[in-house]
Amino acid sequence: MWPDVIKDQLTLLAANMPARRVSVDRQQWLEVARALRASDVQFLTMWGADDRDRDHCFRIYAVYLLAHDVLVVEHEIAETLTPTYPSLATTFPAAARMQRAVYDLLGIATDESDTRNWLRHEGWPEALFPLRRDVDAKHQYPIDSRPYAFVPVDGDGVHEIAVGPVHAGTIEPGHFRFSVVGEKILRLEERLGYTHKGIAKCFEGQTQQTGHRLAARISGDSAVAFSWAYCAAIESITDRSCPVRATTLRALALEHERIANHLGDLGALGNDAGFAFGLTQFSRLKEDLLQTNQLIFGARYLLDYVVPGGVAVDLPDHAHGLLVGFYFTLQRAVAELRAIYDEHDGLQDRFRESGRLEQSVAQQLGAIGLAGRASGISRDLRVDHPWPPYDKLGPNLVIESKGDVAARVQVRFDEIFESIRLCHALLREVPAGPIQGCIPAAEPERLGLGLVEGWRGPVLIALQTGPNGTIRRCHAHDPSWQNWPLIEYAVLGNIVPDFPLINKSFNLSYSGQDG
Amino acid sequence: MGVISLVRQFSVVLLAVALAPLFAGWIAQCRAWLQSRSAPPLVQPYRMLRKLFNKDVALAKDASPLFRATPYILFGTMVLAAAIIPSIATDLPFARVADAIALIGIFATARVFLSLAAMDIGTAFGTMGARRDMMVGFLAEPALLMVLFNAFLLSGSTALPSLVEAYSAHPLSMNPSLTFAAVAFVMVLLAENSRIPIDNPTTHLELTMIHEAMVLEYSARHLALVEWASDLKLFNYACIGFALFIPWGIATHGADGGLALLLAVAVLIVKLLLAGAALALVEALSAKLRIFRAPEYLAMAFLLAVLGLLVHILLGA
Repeated sequence: MWPDVIKDQLTLLAANMPARRVSVDRQQWLEVARALRASDVQFLTMWGADDRDRDHCFRIYAVYLLAHDVLVVEHEIAETLTPTYPSLATTFPAAARMQRAVYDLLGIATDESDTRNWLRHEGWPEALFPLRRDVDAKHQYPIDSRPYAFVPVDGDGVHEIAVGPVHAGTIEPGHFRFSVVGEKILRLEERLGYTHKGIAKCFEGQTQQTGHRLAARISGDSAVAFSWAYCAAIESITDRSCPVRATTLRALALEHERIANHLGDLGALGNDAGFAFGLTQFSRLKEDLLQTNQLIFGARYLLDYVVPGGVAVDLPDHAHGLLVGFYFTLQRAVAELRAIYDEHDGLQDRFRESGRLEQSVAQQLGAIGLAGRASGISRDLRVDHPWPPYDKLGPNLVIESKGDVAARVQVRFDEIFESIRLCHALLREVPAGPIQGCIPAAEPERLGLGLVEGWRGPVLIALQTGPNGTIRRCHAHDPSWQNWPLIEYAVLGNIVPDFPLINKSFNLSYSGQDG
Repeated sequence: MGVISLVRQFSVVLLAVALAPLFAGWIAQCRAWLQSRSAPPLVQPYRMLRKLFNKDVALAKDASPLFRATPYILFGTMVLAAAIIPSIATDLPFARVADAIALIGIFATARVFLSLAAMDIGTAFGTMGARRDMMVGFLAEPALLMVLFNAFLLSGSTALPSLVEAYSAHPLSMNPSLTFAAVAFVMVLLAENSRIPIDNPTTHLELTMIHEAMVLEYSARHLALVEWASDLKLFNYACIGFALFIPWGIATHGADGGLALLLAVAVLIVKLLLAGAALALVEALSAKLRIFRAPEYLAMAFLLAVLGLLVHILLGA
């Protein structure tokens, strides 16, 4: 299963699931990618690091999800005036935007012809690369705004509609450039990066003991997923496992996060189709869940619940009865609303066939997570790479094949029920014991991964330690990176007024993508 | 034309202008209840108008005089329409000037100006909304005409007051041809007033908007007038519906003293309460149609109205 070129050079890597690491040269970098593509492996993420202070080179890393392992491929780029590495975008299209982002932050380029900026919106000078170690991120630069070269579409009656980054509703910023004929969408081009906060640079100022707080805030709706991924990374590096009681509680919180987001999305999807009844009902259920979170975990959105070594708050005494009762009520209410959604003609007419993402396209673009599962991509870290406690839970894979808005709605409904089942199972066997272990400062120069299946898809934190409990480099990956480009394909041939519904059915994170 | 009928005319217009936001508020309230939300107060639309009138206008730098004139034209046309429609009394001096076909022309005038103003600034959204509104409009107007023809055939006149008079002379139970026409009329009313299932007046998604997209660039007193005109349009449509299908209680010629008028107002308010609740119910139960289903929807309205005509001719009813 490992590509022949690297078979003998693999070394073990600290992670919360089986993982290997390999260092390759320029040629192997591409060869490995091609071999992996041929065996249908998922490309997850890539990031660069500035190691000039240590050994006068830059490094670029790529992470692949194999059938049962995680592979990190590392490539060393000598320090020159314009350091380059071969582009992976022709093999894995999802890499294209990540490579542009790596260039914006570190100045290491590919041989790709698309050299437009992705994260840099003229907020810092062109020749400055903020993630390099010799750059002071505190410095402010005047914004020198320039037009972005969108790909033009020519033809009789073709015109452009520009939407965003400021929208009519209170939502995150992103720009969408439509080329349309009448109401029909010929092409959509996204421009993101408006919420780039320099999180990778911020991590370098954090200690290993506080990084989880920043991780939880990368994308607020995935607080548990990100902070768990961070904690898993630091725990693997220090080789301390978290107490069993704490892992159970973490999983409980993760499933609560999944249910809460799915409830919110289902309501919003109804509302975007003009069925406001759905929004009020699902919002009520979500609010009930958030209030339960407050009672059980001490936080509505579960920020800072997962901490290195365990969790912050133990279950209160009355938790068991309260939660079991709540799950039963929730299950009944969701089932009732599902029947209403399924039987509502007007709603189903909007959902079906809208924003269809064929399985072959999804496969090619590397769709992951919820959106991937709605297009028949059967990948779920909880099932394929179960980390504790999912290895003992046996979660079921939820999958649909049609890839339209209706399929993404069905996946959400099914995942809510599956999550409720998991919550019941977790709650039945909460082991006694401590909820926190002690995590010592890690040795310097260690790399560790934490991977967690958040509600949107796999979330990754790659952590590289520095001396005395500091963080040398920390890369956070949000599944939105892979899935944003999918929308550009899913809307083709659809009509303009259906875009908001299609976009909502993916509900990707701007903040997570922009970093 | 006596002073009394002028006073009556004036009070009809004043009543329409004053009640229209209240009717919109009532619908919003019913809709909130049906969605199990706590409802905004009934007077919320008035508060909105007061707020908007107290603000400073922000005008796009490319705005032409047409853009600035349109809110006044819109409001003016809707007030004029209100003067023609026999909402509480039939003996209206204005109503003799224009018949129901002219009334449709007045609504069309308003639509043309709003569409032009929407395109005036040159943003993608205004143009998008204008062309969608034109599509809905050119399909809805024939359907509305067909509905009116049903009534014309029954009364032998194209003037709304004589329709009402004819009914009160022969107080019929629901006429079969009018039943078809009534369903068609409700469908047209929803489409023409940018309600679900054609448009969603409460949406924040700019790409799905029709009416809202056209007025995105308006602010302050301009926006207030545009909103008020929309409320008036809905109110006018409701009153046309009452005049066509449930004309009971409207003070007819010769029997329109002060007491009769007061009674007519009371009846009107009851009708508005019921109609508003019914409208909210329809809206709460349906989802918004895909925009390309709108032609099917309006063709259905047209077909129903034509069926009404056929029924009238075949049954002689």
